[in-house]
Amino acid sequence: MDDYATESDSDYTSYWRDWFISSRGNEYFCEIDEDYLTDRFNLTGLNTEVQYYQYALDLVTDVFDLDCDDEMREAIEKSARHLYGLVHARYIVTTRGLAKMLEKYKKADFGKCPRVMCNSHPLLPMGLSDIPNVKPAKLYCARCEDTYNPKSSRHASIDGAYFGTSFHNILFQVYPGLVPAKSIERYVPRVYGFKVHAAAALARWQDGVRDDMRRRLRRLEIESGFKDDDEDLEEVEEDDVDEDEEFQQRQQLQVAEYRRGNPAAAGSGSAPGGGDAQMGSVA
Amino acid sequence: MSTSSGTPESWISSFCSLLGHEYFAEVSEEFIEDDFNLTGLQNQVAMYKEALEMILDVEPEDDEDEEDEEEEDEEEVSGDGRDGRPRGERRHHSRTASDLSVIESSAELLYGLIHQRFICSRAGIQQMSEKYELGHFGVCPRTNCNQTRTLPVGLSDIPGEDTVKLFCPSCLDVYVPPNSRFQTVDGAFFGRTFGALFLLTFPEYDLSRSAAEAAANLGRSPDEQVMVNGMYWRNIAPGLGRGKIYEPKIYGFRVSEMSRSGPRMQWLRDKPDDPDVLDEARHFAEAHGTDSDADDEDDDETMNRPAGGRTSSRRRPTPHPRLSQRQRQRQNGSPMTLDANGAESEL
Repeated sequence: MDDYATESDSDYTSYWRDWFISSRGNEYFCEIDEDYLTDRFNLTGLNTEVQYYQYALDLVTDVFDLDCDDEMREAIEKSARHLYGLVHARYIVTTRGLAKMLEKYKKADFGKCPRVMCNSHPLLPMGLSDIPNVKPAKLYCARCEDTYNPKSSRHASIDGAYFGTSFHNILFQVYPGLVPAKSIERYVPRVYGFKVHAAAALARWQDGVRDDMRRRLRRLEIESGFKDDDEDLEEVEEDDVDEDEEFQQRQQLQVAEYRRGNPAAAGSGSAPGGGDAQMGSVA
Repeated sequence: MSTSSGTPESWISSFCSLLGHEYFAEVSEEFIEDDFNLTGLQNQVAMYKEALEMILDVEPEDDEDEEDEEEEDEEEVSGDGRDGRPRGERRHHSRTASDLSVIESSAELLYGLIHQRFICSRAGIQQMSEKYELGHFGVCPRTNCNQTRTLPVGLSDIPGEDTVKLFCPSCLDVYVPPNSRFQTVDGAFFGRTFGALFLLTFPEYDLSRSAAEAAANLGRSPDEQVMVNGMYWRNIAPGLGRGKIYEPKIYGFRVSEMSRSGPRMQWLRDKPDDPDVLDEARHFAEAHGTDSDADDEDDDETMNRPAGGRTSSRRRPTPHPRLSQRQRQRQNGSPMTLDANGAESEL
């Protein structure tokens, strides 16, 4: 085996798929079953998409025996990789494909979410388009439900269509138990302990959007999947109200102070709010 | 003096050129030499004096020369001072190797803590902005942030708690640096304040541009000049809002919110289309009425702007004594000559 692996000319004689998924940069791919590849129904329409379709398919299924020059072989090799990718996108949404990708997901083969608040949650590969050669592969974090660029340029240059736009969503439809608990934890930009107004106002608005959604879901009796759900929600809401009232009262006080032409007093009124303010360092 | 040791590179610049220290700015010696800037650090750093000397490349000969000026305990220190050298070379001096490694790590801690303060000073933040423009801090990994350049921040101001993170001004979120070599850098060496202060200090930065585009000029149309809550609207989380939120789809159909695995986190990447929605102070004033004439005038004249929109009213000449008093106060208040940062209206 080792001898074959080093000699690229003889690669095709054995286990092209083994070689393909174990080569550098192809860590995101799982191995497609022989049965799946040999069922022509699964390959419908791909003959128009892939050059040298028949040769490429032969190469992928290890029955390639055409005698040709290096240039031709190179072209067929390239087509075979493309074909494998396109079949891969179809395969990973099948029951067996999902199970294989799930194993890789559990091992965090696709990397971990770079977002600090996601605590290194494993990622899933995805495409932003199902049409080949449009957008490169991205990574999806099920915890923050956002998409990220792969760290390595090898992975960032894989075609996104080899994973497709649906796979990661189908995975969680099929395995709803795997949906991670969502967290309301977030980063709060601060200057010497005080929140920054613009960012904090946006965060308050976003929290409002979130609470609307949670109330909507609760009315429909759908689990919203937040960590501190659902029995706490009422409590949370009450807390929110309390905080809001407190906030308004404080704001009223402040406004009153301003009216009296005493902005300094109003300013100091905000100190308790920034309770974790640290002694500022000075330039 | 320092040339006598044959090391042209100072401790600070050799520290900053170490692998993994790419995010650090070189703290100027004047900043370190001003004792006021070091207030309180004595208690946080072991072997403070030695560490400080190491950072400043003070030679043992210097100790003897300056003995009359310095305190008596300087003598204990005089063993060694060729601190600008790499660690290995220093070993064969009279001070023991273990001593040196303690001082070395103290010096790194002390430098980090000074650095946390320095990058919030005028000179420091300027230096960091140059590094930012050169893309030294990397870009946001989030797809919809389009390679927005990030800023190094800490999640705590206390050393030893967490490593350095990257703050993306486009999505206002923090990320783990992609390279594992930054996982040895303490977040407290950058501190919680720097990221947010940077955005307040340079409100003119066009954050919506990626690193590559920013190399071009900074022209922009006047309709982008809308301000809300003391910042340009175009600079408040430009990577969030409609069209920048990932929508899960299966075969082209959106996944319903009512699904068990439906979208739950879109709020985190959401932003109102209309900046006015975030103008909380004005909404509050409208809802609760106003009894002051001056405030009414303000509201009328600055209808399309915030709250924070006091900024504008301050710029036009006004005879109102209270307004001009407020104006003066603002200008004196900040050493950074910031635009309104809305601090008082934030609790």
